[in-house]
Amino acid sequence: MSNQTNESSSEKSSLLGWFDERYPVSSTWNKHVGQYYAPKNFNFWYFFGSLALIVLVNQIVTGIWLTMSYQPSGELAFSSVEYIMRDVEWGWLLRYLHSTGASAFFIVIYFHMMRALLYGSYKKPRELVWVIGMLLFLVLMAEAFMGYLLPWGQMSFWGAQVIISLFGAIPVIGPDLALWIRGDYVISEVTLNRFFALHVIALPLVLVILVFMHLVALHHVGSNNPDGVEIKKLKDTNGIPLDGIRFHPYYSVKDAMGAVFFFILFALVLFYAPEGGGYFIEAPNFEPANPLKTPDHIVPVWYFTPFYAILRAIPDKFLGVVAMGAAVVILFAMPWLDRCKVKSIRYRGNSYKVLLTILVISFFVLGFLGTQPSTPLYTKLAQIFTALYFMFFLVLPFTSANEKTKPVPERVT
Amino acid sequence: MSTEDQMSTDVNLTRRKVLTGATGVVGAIGAGFMLVPFVGSWMPSERAKAAGAPVNADISKLQPGQMLTVSWRGKPVWVVRRTPEMLKILAENVTELRDPDSKESLQPDYSKNSTRAVNEEFLVVVGICTHLGCAPLYRPAVGSPDMQEGWQGGFFCPCHGSRFDLAGRVVKSVPAPTNLEIPPYHFISNSIVRVGEDPAEGGIA
Repeated sequence: MSNQTNESSSEKSSLLGWFDERYPVSSTWNKHVGQYYAPKNFNFWYFFGSLALIVLVNQIVTGIWLTMSYQPSGELAFSSVEYIMRDVEWGWLLRYLHSTGASAFFIVIYFHMMRALLYGSYKKPRELVWVIGMLLFLVLMAEAFMGYLLPWGQMSFWGAQVIISLFGAIPVIGPDLALWIRGDYVISEVTLNRFFALHVIALPLVLVILVFMHLVALHHVGSNNPDGVEIKKLKDTNGIPLDGIRFHPYYSVKDAMGAVFFFILFALVLFYAPEGGGYFIEAPNFEPANPLKTPDHIVPVWYFTPFYAILRAIPDKFLGVVAMGAAVVILFAMPWLDRCKVKSIRYRGNSYKVLLTILVISFFVLGFLGTQPSTPLYTKLAQIFTALYFMFFLVLPFTSANEKTKPVPERVT
Repeated sequence: MSTEDQMSTDVNLTRRKVLTGATGVVGAIGAGFMLVPFVGSWMPSERAKAAGAPVNADISKLQPGQMLTVSWRGKPVWVVRRTPEMLKILAENVTELRDPDSKESLQPDYSKNSTRAVNEEFLVVVGICTHLGCAPLYRPAVGSPDMQEGWQGGFFCPCHGSRFDLAGRVVKSVPAPTNLEIPPYHFISNSIVRVGEDPAEGGIA
């Protein structure tokens, strides 16, 4: 059973040796950190994986501390958040770390996904890394949505009302499904209680398991890089990739530097604009939930607005829901929609560059439109950019099949 | 190792497969039954079901054009006292409506008429947009300044821009699929409307 890489240490009579005979300490460390060979040409875009992990830890730790003072009941939820903000020692900091952390999580994840689109990180043999990552994205969205109900403010209540009603649009089973999710005829304390359970136990567990699988899959196939070159093709006599460097200490140190810069930006928001100008915590959420009155201008938190704009763009209830769901689900298919053999955008043809630019612009414009009230002009714009967003995925299989690519170098540059 | 090899020649693999398969099937059925309490536990509780008692709305002080909101089963229910001008507009703009005769919409039979009311002066309607459940805004005046041009008075849902007329009927080309829901209700007297209860058999509707 003993692993070749740590045979020497397990024979030693050291403390580590004692452990290695009973638990794969050294071999696990070596496989994932000490002797995990990553391409030597990582750039800025490669910080976001480790940053996502840091933010996840922040969310879990601050979340545990918040549950110590939070009351998930219709009567007390809103005031217990105010209690955390005003009376609990350091409560304001823990709460803002958690709420700002949620937005930071999505910023980091969107960068992380963009990196994959730029350098073809979803392509063979990394399809499952991408698919597991997309599952993570879905669960993260559910986690964020359920977390936003917990302060029990106006936006919490009506945001949840709208999103749960989405399920009601499904033909035949829809209304009963929405009732089942709510557990009541309207959003109530019952809904709040179950969302609390899912938010603090169920979904974080799923997230952590999926992160584990994401990393196992990644370390099995190896990291991609900005050149999209497989470094495992060229190895030295010891079987070590010529263009690979050990994750530790090279990238652990580099990622630590990235984390320092991230912490500086995070702290600036945390201390000077914890509500993110009304985008991280929306103004109506400082009013307790009122089931009889919808806020005049209801928008989801910024990270959902692109998908929300797609929902609003379609003047049909069911098709709108379908389009919004499809906008997320279609990303799962990226490894198969993109038929170009060349991974990195550095060596890809103009068609992909143009398409990706259109996708990114559409995403930003839809994100903006989702924050605005619906006017005829904005609805028209949302329809145009929804079409452009989907065009990326529909046109890509055809253009990528015979794309004019540049020669890809043998080794990383 | 050698003893294990001997063992395997004596093993009846078919029987083992059948037994394993049978155990698997029984286990799957058991797991399926185990789902029932977990899934069922999410349905509305008996307490939630019991909380649907009817409520009374006092309409004696309601001025023409005014609206009041009562909470029934946790939902907003609006009572609007419509003016003769409003009722006139209702009869005019029928072509712009998606479901002018309320064929696809939810209402008791006694409200399935052109004004969607028992007494055409009073509209009683559930104030929840049939699109995604927001509470629309009441904008009764013709040409309300914050509404789009040609506004004839009605309800506007700020969430996704659905529009309804003053009978809760949805206009075409907005996301909401059907008219606003009319709850069961009846007038106890000239000043009290009881929401959540059908009129008694033979009583005044």
